[in-house]
Amino acid sequence: MATLETVIGLEVHVQLNTKSKIFSYDHNDFGNHPNSDVGAITLAHPGTLPMISKEVIDMGMKLGIALEGTINRNLIFDRKNYFYPDLPKGYQITQDATPICKGGIVKIRSDDFPHFDIELTKIHLEEDAGKSIHVQNADFTNVDLNRSGVPLVEIVTEPVITSSEQAGLCLIELRKLVRYLGISDGNMEQGSLRCDANISVRLPGAPLGSKVEVKNMNSIKNVRKAIDHEIERQTKMTAAGQTIISETRTYNPENNTTSGMRTKEIMNDYRYFPEPDISPIVISDEWYEGVKNSLPALPAQVKKTLIEDHGLSNYDANLLSDDRSIAAYFFKTASFCKHDKAISNWIMGPVKSYLNENEIGIDALSLTPQKLADLIHAVQQKEISHSDATQQAFKYVLHHPQVEVAAAIATLGLAQVDDFDEMQQLIDDVLEDHQAKVKEYHNGKKGVIGMFMGLIMKKAVGRIDPQKVNEMIKGTLDKIK
Amino acid sequence: MFYKSYQQIRADLDEQRITVAQIVNHHLEKIEEHNPNLNAFLEVFKEEAIIKAAQIDLKLKQGTAGRLAGLVVGIKDLFCLKDHLVSCSSKMLEDFESQITATPIQRLLDEDAIVIGRQNCDEFAMGSSNENSAFGLVKNGANPSRVPGGSSGGSAVGVQTDMCQISLGSDTGGSVRQPAAFCGVFGLKPTYSRISRYGLTAYSSSFDCVGILSKSIADTELILEIIAGSDERDTTSSRKKVPQFSQSPIKSSSYKIAYFDEINEAEGIATSVSQMMNQTMSSLKTSGHLLEKVSFPFLEYLLPTYYILTSAEASANLARFDGVRYGFRDLEISNLESMYKKSRTHGFGPEVLRRILLGTFVLSSGYQDAFYTKAQKVRRLIKDYTEKILEEYDFIISPTTATTAFEINSKTIDPVEMYLSDLFTVQASVAGIPAISIPLGEDQNAMPIGLQVMTASFEEEKLFSFAKSFKIT
Repeated sequence: MATLETVIGLEVHVQLNTKSKIFSYDHNDFGNHPNSDVGAITLAHPGTLPMISKEVIDMGMKLGIALEGTINRNLIFDRKNYFYPDLPKGYQITQDATPICKGGIVKIRSDDFPHFDIELTKIHLEEDAGKSIHVQNADFTNVDLNRSGVPLVEIVTEPVITSSEQAGLCLIELRKLVRYLGISDGNMEQGSLRCDANISVRLPGAPLGSKVEVKNMNSIKNVRKAIDHEIERQTKMTAAGQTIISETRTYNPENNTTSGMRTKEIMNDYRYFPEPDISPIVISDEWYEGVKNSLPALPAQVKKTLIEDHGLSNYDANLLSDDRSIAAYFFKTASFCKHDKAISNWIMGPVKSYLNENEIGIDALSLTPQKLADLIHAVQQKEISHSDATQQAFKYVLHHPQVEVAAAIATLGLAQVDDFDEMQQLIDDVLEDHQAKVKEYHNGKKGVIGMFMGLIMKKAVGRIDPQKVNEMIKGTLDKIK
Repeated sequence: MFYKSYQQIRADLDEQRITVAQIVNHHLEKIEEHNPNLNAFLEVFKEEAIIKAAQIDLKLKQGTAGRLAGLVVGIKDLFCLKDHLVSCSSKMLEDFESQITATPIQRLLDEDAIVIGRQNCDEFAMGSSNENSAFGLVKNGANPSRVPGGSSGGSAVGVQTDMCQISLGSDTGGSVRQPAAFCGVFGLKPTYSRISRYGLTAYSSSFDCVGILSKSIADTELILEIIAGSDERDTTSSRKKVPQFSQSPIKSSSYKIAYFDEINEAEGIATSVSQMMNQTMSSLKTSGHLLEKVSFPFLEYLLPTYYILTSAEASANLARFDGVRYGFRDLEISNLESMYKKSRTHGFGPEVLRRILLGTFVLSSGYQDAFYTKAQKVRRLIKDYTEKILEEYDFIISPTTATTAFEINSKTIDPVEMYLSDLFTVQASVAGIPAISIPLGEDQNAMPIGLQVMTASFEEEKLFSFAKSFKIT
């Protein structure tokens, strides 16, 4: 039997980080006490009507423009009708026939993977449902409606993805983008980024097979695992001559399997029709241009700038451009100091380790770009050794945000000894005291230089540039040969 | 103490010939006298109204009273008033207390009007006779063996018998105009979107209009002026500037008026009604207006279009009444599905169930194109055709209803016959244009007859001007 091809399409839901819900003034916050952000509109009381948040439309447009799709200038919402306890109105307000954006493209440009593009079918706006919390062995279900009415964009890809790796990269790229645009925190664990995958297999060139929709993956890793498992399941079934039925399956992370959901839940006839409670919204040229001009530089542009204008390597540029805040921190620092490579090293090294250790974002870092520039400048000017700068001065200025870098170096007594005569005297004295070792060096045992370094550095109490000392010791030894 | 218009009330208040407390007391007496028999009010806010009256009397003395001080209003029990029940005449919402106040009600309260109680209506505004209420039918004040019309039956009877000075109703296909005609009062359905729907329980969102029932055009104008206008809580509410209707002078113009032969010769039209129509038309000609017969080829499509679209929207609008968060929940349940089924089957009355089922059907996959989508297209045709007529003519006139108020229980067997009583009123609803029912007179049994006048969107001012100059000879 010929190898089967895999065809995957993704439906990615992104919660927008607006202040209020999409159709009411209720707060849009994660983690509040259950049913605390539920006013009359969220509860679907009689007489209530949806108001539409302009902020939501702006965010949807930003995403559509960033993904190079076509923005629909006449927005219409639709009702998707079904009954469920976490859906207060008995219908979800969504966009069916006229999504805010048609088409678009996700470009994957990883160093470790062949470049490829994923075409999008559409991006549309809708409201999130509440959460049903099923209590085991109980004859009731708890419902939390805080999430009900939280604004969502749904990004639907064409069925052009061929592997779990591609699907994972697509999600990483989308997550990076929504964070860049500042429209979502893209957190899969908390559900602000969610992904359903439509998966089918077929013989090369054959028409599309029956698609299976897999839900309930709360990390990119699980998306990959669920897809791999589903491909394997479908491949085995096909090999055994079994028919794959089109259904919705849920992923079980405990044992890495998928299982079918009750067909009743998926046989819904949603009876879509245009939402008569929201007037069609016309996006004027002025509105469109305003949003377009408000877009920040996107990851690809940032990467290009890092390489072309700052001379960084592809590797460095990839790492820095991964996060908009980190890239911004780099650019700000670079505006105070010309040593681009050093800035990159500092950010990728001590700064990132500190952020990781303390589990904070760079926006919460107490070290300003100006101070980082001062630190780098001090090292470049040999006012302080690189190791002192990264270990002692860096920590000190982090914990004393009001202290300037120069003052910190002085307070810590880290100013480098510039007096080379004094240093030369020190070296001469040490070599004089260890004649035997000097002989060993001249006999080819170059390693002893480390011992000389240690002795000299100890006497100088670490206030000197080790590299310079190393050079001077070598020079002296070679001279007295 | 009968006041044709609020203007007279205000004059008497300003001259201190009367107090708000006395006015409220008068209406409470009328309610006590008529309501046990007619069942127009489901609840009377007696203590609240008395307290409010005292406060407003004080404000009048201090010169800080609003423009509607001393106006007593009844509200159809579809409007939300914070901390008050809003039952929609349904068992489903029998004990439901609202957390919000409808925008038009709020605007009345802001001008010191007093809401005296909730008025009976057809359940969720679905009906044409006020016989579909979970809390008993409403009787016509002109003859208690007759229906008052619907769905705003209680609201019409309230004004008819002076239980209140004006009522706010809702008109989706004629629910204000038809009961106004049956009860001999004025009933206005303004342009769709003219008045915010926020706080009005939805029946059919793209048709629902807040309507005004009154004893005079002067009151209709004043109330519309105060409650109309854009509202951020209803995105469909019009942003158009609201004219000062109450200040506009009577223009004695000669108007071009169209009428449809198809309607005046329609089958089932009562002789008394067509006779009075003919008299009215000749009187209008005598007054110098130009009357012309116009053809309206869509007459037979009006009701199907209306019922398909309103039922479709209603099926979604009423999905929220599911027994989950509030309202009626059947207790004989075994699981989620049975909770939905039993709560909705037992919480709604038969007419509401019928329209939910019809609406669900016309939206279903496989039938949507043939029914819902086609009806939307026909709605567009009717709207365009009607607008075209109104580009050439100032008004389209017709009787508001084909007959006068019919006997209670005479049409409850056949829903289609009941639907036919909306025949003349649905056109304005389908087209979204303003229409008013003006009392014309009475038939030989002293039952009121109404004249319907339709005009182009947002031309209410012209409608009022015509209605005010209108004299029955």
